[in-house]
Amino acid sequence: MTIGLAHYLVVSAILFTIGVFGIFVNRRNIIIILMSIELILLAVNINFVAFSTHLHNVQGQIMAMFVLTVAAAEAAVGLAILVTFFRNRGDIEVDDASMMKG
Amino acid sequence: MLAIAFYIMAAVTVLSGALVITARNPVHSVLFLILAFFSAAGLFVLMGAEFLAMLLVVVYVGAVAVLFLFVVMMLDVDFVKLRQGFANYLPIGAVVGVLLLTELIMIAIAIADRGAAAGQSPQVYGPEMSNIEAIGRVLYTDYVYLFQASGLVLLVAMIGAIVLTLQHRVHVKRQDIHTQVTRRRKNAVEIVQVKTGEGIKE
Repeated sequence: MTIGLAHYLVVSAILFTIGVFGIFVNRRNIIIILMSIELILLAVNINFVAFSTHLHNVQGQIMAMFVLTVAAAEAAVGLAILVTFFRNRGDIEVDDASMMKG
Repeated sequence: MLAIAFYIMAAVTVLSGALVITARNPVHSVLFLILAFFSAAGLFVLMGAEFLAMLLVVVYVGAVAVLFLFVVMMLDVDFVKLRQGFANYLPIGAVVGVLLLTELIMIAIAIADRGAAAGQSPQVYGPEMSNIEAIGRVLYTDYVYLFQASGLVLLVAMIGAIVLTLQHRVHVKRQDIHTQVTRRRKNAVEIVQVKTGEGIKE
């Protein structure tokens, strides 16, 4: 049995769904939400690389690299916001994170 | 052999991905996230994208996951309380998840069947051109502006994270180079004529 494009796409689809599902069920825990976003971006990367290597075109891998960059930047800024939020409130419940409503 | 490796890595990736969102302890979540990244890097190697696999290990495991670990361990949060809404959103999450998964898998099979990449085998890099060389040849020519822009994105993210988390404490004594250097004799030393036997009064 040969492993083709469909196999990788299915793995990526399952990982993407796990990420979306994680955002749904862990509504209050913002750390798990950030990790779910990382999982979603990983699924996107698997998709990019699978298409890139099966189409014999290296541009998909470059796009995956840019996704990686954005994911790293997003994690850094998100966690910095989280730390500031925790400092101001002493808790990280996001259900009532509407202090800046004005 | 390739199939066995693929199935093992895919199973580990999916299982640890599922454990990331269901683990009770967020530290365990981060560790499972690291495992998911590692096995995804294995999948990348199977596809022939060695450079991105190494990049995944270095950037995700070495930087992002460790950052998560730091923050999870640094914040003193009652994580049991945060899990209370877990069952509330389970039904709607399951419905959306199943629908999304069905759609994505149907699209994946259709694309793999009739898309531009149908029937293609993964690209194999020979000794004349390695994967990293192929990436470098495109990245530093066609995508050089985008490459610079991604560096700018990282710079802005770095500055943003520093600005967000930096705090000035007033009661901490800091070294002030300017006042040290501009200190002169007249505002540091005072010469007082002392009469014998009387001492100095303040």
